[in-house]
Amino acid sequence: MGHTTALLALPIIIPLLSGALSLIYWRSRKAQRIIGVLGTTALLVLSGMLVAEVWQHGIIVMHMGGWQAPFGIVLVSDMLAASMVFMTGISAVTTAFYALGSVSKRHEHFGFYPLMHLLLAGVNGAFLTGDMFNLYVWFEVMLVASFALLILGGERAQMEGAIKYVALNLVSSAILLSAIGLLYGLTGTLNMADLGYKIGQLEDDAMISVVAMLFLVAFGIKAAAFPLFFWLPASYHTPRVAVSALFAGLLTKVGVYALFRVFTVIFPFEDTFAQSLLIWIAGLTMVTGVLGAAAQFEFRRILSFHIVSQIGYMLMGLALYSPLAIAGGIYFIAHNIVAKSGLFLISGLVYRFKGSYELKELGGVYRQYPMLALMFLICAFSLAGLPPLSGFFAKFLVIRAGVEAHAWWLVATALAVGFMTLYSMVKIWAEVFWKEQEVCHIKPPRKYHGGTRIMYATVIGLALLTIAMGLAMEPLFLIAQMAAEQLLDPAGYIEAVLGVTP
Amino acid sequence: MNNMMSLVLRTTGYFLLPLLLIFSVFLLLRGHDEPGGGFIAGLVASAAVCLHLFFTDIAATRRLLHIDPRDLLGWGLTLATLSGIPAVFMGDPFFTSQWVEMTLPLLGETKVGTPLLFDIGVYAVVVGSVLAIVLSLAEAEE
Repeated sequence: MGHTTALLALPIIIPLLSGALSLIYWRSRKAQRIIGVLGTTALLVLSGMLVAEVWQHGIIVMHMGGWQAPFGIVLVSDMLAASMVFMTGISAVTTAFYALGSVSKRHEHFGFYPLMHLLLAGVNGAFLTGDMFNLYVWFEVMLVASFALLILGGERAQMEGAIKYVALNLVSSAILLSAIGLLYGLTGTLNMADLGYKIGQLEDDAMISVVAMLFLVAFGIKAAAFPLFFWLPASYHTPRVAVSALFAGLLTKVGVYALFRVFTVIFPFEDTFAQSLLIWIAGLTMVTGVLGAAAQFEFRRILSFHIVSQIGYMLMGLALYSPLAIAGGIYFIAHNIVAKSGLFLISGLVYRFKGSYELKELGGVYRQYPMLALMFLICAFSLAGLPPLSGFFAKFLVIRAGVEAHAWWLVATALAVGFMTLYSMVKIWAEVFWKEQEVCHIKPPRKYHGGTRIMYATVIGLALLTIAMGLAMEPLFLIAQMAAEQLLDPAGYIEAVLGVTP
Repeated sequence: MNNMMSLVLRTTGYFLLPLLLIFSVFLLLRGHDEPGGGFIAGLVASAAVCLHLFFTDIAATRRLLHIDPRDLLGWGLTLATLSGIPAVFMGDPFFTSQWVEMTLPLLGETKVGTPLLFDIGVYAVVVGSVLAIVLSLAEAEE
């Protein structure tokens, strides 16, 4: 008992503690780096153990401070939460190692490491909590940390991006908070399992749909879904690459995760207005994201728009609401975290060698750095969905679910967007890696002292991971399927938390 | 700041500073079952130090503190996080309060527990973060 539930809290405690320790050692770069590496590695190992534990024993619940649900705050880990925490661990480790090579002394002095740990604690807290208000608090923790990380360094472009980012996220937080307030007024509880149970018994359909809509909008903004996604491409290309990659891997996924959670446990989706709306949102998110990317000529901006379009696929998985679709959506999130972080980190290496993110100014990377080009090809093809990489299976699952649900328009959109993604990736390939660089008037930022090898290693690690995720499809799919089954059976979740059968 | 120094402010300030600090400790200690606690006590303590900053200068305030506010922040956060951990060794979920009863000279029967550690941690975090902000703002102004 003690040991399993400890496993549940440690993914939050460890980043918090690492953050606190790196604050104590704020004078020493070296100590902070060591804590960064050790803390994130411990996080990865423990989250792996959490996945194994959930795989064997099903949903794990911990009543914080011994206060019983629904009165206290519970931490709950089903397969979805556990695997999300595990992906956070992967993202954290790659960022921590990449940061060793790439984050400058000045940024470390401004508190890069404590903020990174705080962000991780916020993300893991949001994944693991079983309480609506607590979810809001973790979102805020995440927002505060991400805001500070976004403006780290204080350049003009960063401020501009950060204002858009903060403004929209505050709006979404306000909506979220009002939705939680209404929900509490309606049911008198904030425990997710208890909410699911009580909402099932309420008669007031109109009020329930209003609250559900508010949640859809609030988490939709945080997930960067159509139409309120423009904060993302406006801000993600401005911070350090290590920060960009962390954001790209994690932040929007927390919004997506919250949608998955809320619209299965609390407001089961079956044949509601919200579901038909989400189908449209998913399709439009894919299309607008990919079209936005087609119009861009800056490495990281293209990638940012692609995050938006990929969010569409994840939402498609949720919107179709069949076991296969949700499993596909979950697998897609995992795949996207790996492939996307990889691409962002590659853009950072290109910047280090060439001193620019602009496609027009870049060129000839393939000739000089063939290894980097190969890594880019792997990650880009994975993103575009070519077999046998992870992206292929992710898209295959979601689209197959669409075919089974006879959602032909959505399927057609998803396929077309896949081609457009390939077009974007080919554009980057042709401009950055293939063409001859024109007269070189830009220079690499400044002399850097080593660290390139470690950056290479993380990129190679992520590329290998996306191959492995494609090759080891079978076991991963079983995990995603288990997560989907748990999500589609809210009664199991409610029973695990409250100890009663609804 | 120094040239507009007021004698009244300085004299009352030197009286108020220790009173406010003692009051903040009082709030901190009574906090678990009654109104008070680490957060509000931390605010009172930082208000006291801010007052000191008003009637002296930054160097004097830094001397008064002995310790960099950022260190306070780090130690406080560590202490608050660690206070949740003893519960695990007693077989309880994280953050379950653990109490020890002991008889102290002067105080008599006293209950000491992990919530107090948590409150002290919060106190240090609040004092540390408020003063880090205030001092760097004051330095930026000069």
